[in-house]
Amino acid sequence: MLILTCPYCGVTSEETEFHGGGEAHLKREGPGSDDQAFEGYLFHRENPYGVHFERWRHVYGCGKWFHAARDTQTLEVFGTYSAQVTTPPEDLLAVIRDKRPGWQWRDLA
Amino acid sequence: MKRYSAFAIAREAMRDHSGWKRAWEKAQPKARYDVIIIGAGGHGLATAYYLGKNFGITNVAVLEKGWLGGGNTGRNTTIIRSNYLQDPSAAIYEKARSLYETLSQDLNYNIMFSPRGVIMLAQTEHEVRGYKRTAQANALQGVTTEFISPERVKEIVPIIRLDGPRYPVLGGLWQERGGTARHDAVAWGYARACSAMGMDIIQQCEVTGIKSENGKVVGVQTSKGDIGCSKLGIVVAGHSGVMADKAGFRLPIESVALQALVSEPIKPCMDVVVMANTVHGYMSQSDKGEMVIGGGADGYNNYTQRGSFHHIEETVRALVETFPMISRLKMLRQWGGIVDMTGDRSPIISPTPLDGCFINCGWGTGGFKAIPGSGWAMAELMARGQHGPLSAEFGLDRFRQGRFVDESVAAGVAH
Ligand SMILES: Cc1cc2nc3c(=O)[nH]c(=O)nc-3n(C[C@H](O)[C@H](O)[C@H](O)COP(=O)(O)OP(=O)(O)OC[C@H]3O[C@@H](n4cnc5c(N)ncnc54)[C@H](O)[C@@H]3O)c2cc1C
Ligand SMILES: [Zn+2]
Repeated sequence: MLILTCPYCGVTSEETEFHGGGEAHLKREGPGSDDQAFEGYLFHRENPYGVHFERWRHVYGCGKWFHAARDTQTLEVFGTYSAQVTTPPEDLLAVIRDKRPGWQWRDLA
Repeated sequence: MKRYSAFAIAREAMRDHSGWKRAWEKAQPKARYDVIIIGAGGHGLATAYYLGKNFGITNVAVLEKGWLGGGNTGRNTTIIRSNYLQDPSAAIYEKARSLYETLSQDLNYNIMFSPRGVIMLAQTEHEVRGYKRTAQANALQGVTTEFISPERVKEIVPIIRLDGPRYPVLGGLWQERGGTARHDAVAWGYARACSAMGMDIIQQCEVTGIKSENGKVVGVQTSKGDIGCSKLGIVVAGHSGVMADKAGFRLPIESVALQALVSEPIKPCMDVVVMANTVHGYMSQSDKGEMVIGGGADGYNNYTQRGSFHHIEETVRALVETFPMISRLKMLRQWGGIVDMTGDRSPIISPTPLDGCFINCGWGTGGFKAIPGSGWAMAELMARGQHGPLSAEFGLDRFRQGRFVDESVAAGVAH
């Protein structure tokens, strides 16, 4: 059972109050992108064994989407943050780097 | 390998069972093999078996990081059926089901295939229409299924409650030759048959890297040293993404936990498998008398082999409303497995961007039933270097080309 904190209304609750929305920070493709780019955007997933950035929605609360950073190997939740960003915030990345030395993710290190 | 037979039992009975040998040889890795298979689950072992049996390729090693069958193969609820909607699915699942019918004889190992029948309940108008359509599709595919009335459902499953509090039973999709088998025995039987052909099954041997030269695979790094190979098969279910990353490509796969549980053993009360997909739970009774129960997968990426308790609650709630007599049953054990989910809920049997490296994955919540057919198709792909008819539609390229084998709308559940 995960315990998450909604960054909008501040409620801390069990996962039953939320709904997972899959991998976060996907780069959206549009007209002009080739098939390979679309394939990556629509289907390929990081599915990491370790640190994962993902989207969640506070469905039985304020209803808003937000982001979470979590470890898929231990289920530790590093933190949650606003949906209005395209990369995880620096302070959260610092927490993760501290807890998982040598960790790398896509173009972030 | 000594064959198992009634004569062997009599012979051993006369000498205090002192003559039984290990079912398969304990092996240490050689420097290189023609073929290495990563993962000694059912699909990996079946691939090795049919490489030997159908293509005479026996210089093969199967590498397993834990113990044989300790992944999803030993954690599943063993439902076997082939009543899928799409033609490519029906072909491979029916191939597997028909191989299961005679697998015990083929492997000389009792896998306890029990074609007791599987019912998928229709509990909404939508499901009634959907399953009638599946029954028609199955008739065209040569798969024997039948849409049956609620009265017939009650005849087959006397403990069922037809007028459920939320969703009454409106009928069911019945596959009489579906059923169950003993999961460990499937892994052990294939392992024993592979070992008898001279293949090495190496447990406690984790693959930590994949070695390539000029875009072609040349071997693997493992916890027991480097091993060379000409061809490599990745068959690691929930860990497919991890292996693909080491081989340098990405997959349309997400790994999530799927849980199951069993009750205390009780007297025989249900001799078929019943799946209730609208309320989301399914149940069968093991030979020991335990009720074997499963439900839906958890909703987030997870590699921990344990899931969230509320899914257990939801599954049990669904089954208590369908089978009121189980409401006082005590549950004995609960566990989880990490399943590899694709977007169209169909598997991947495919060459990969790395030359000589093939992958078999994406069976998600429903690959136990497919083990013999999947191994058959994967062996053909690896031996010939190109798809045979069973795997042709299941390549990785289908995602780029939009050729989905969409089973997610067909059943909504895939166990
Ligand atoms: C709870 C549950 C219920 C299910 N119910 C059903 C059902 O009723 N009917 C049905 O048809 N299917 C069912 N399934 C699905 C079915 O179990 C799987 O699809 C099937 O067993 C997958 O087999 P596999 O051989 O691909 O994977 P696995 O059996 O998981 O084997 C993969 C192996 O690879 C090994 N491995 C991983 N990484 C490495 C590495 N780096 N080096 C070496 N080895 C490695 C693992 O240790 C593992 O043993 C269920 C699954 C679960 C979890
Ligand atoms: Zn909120």
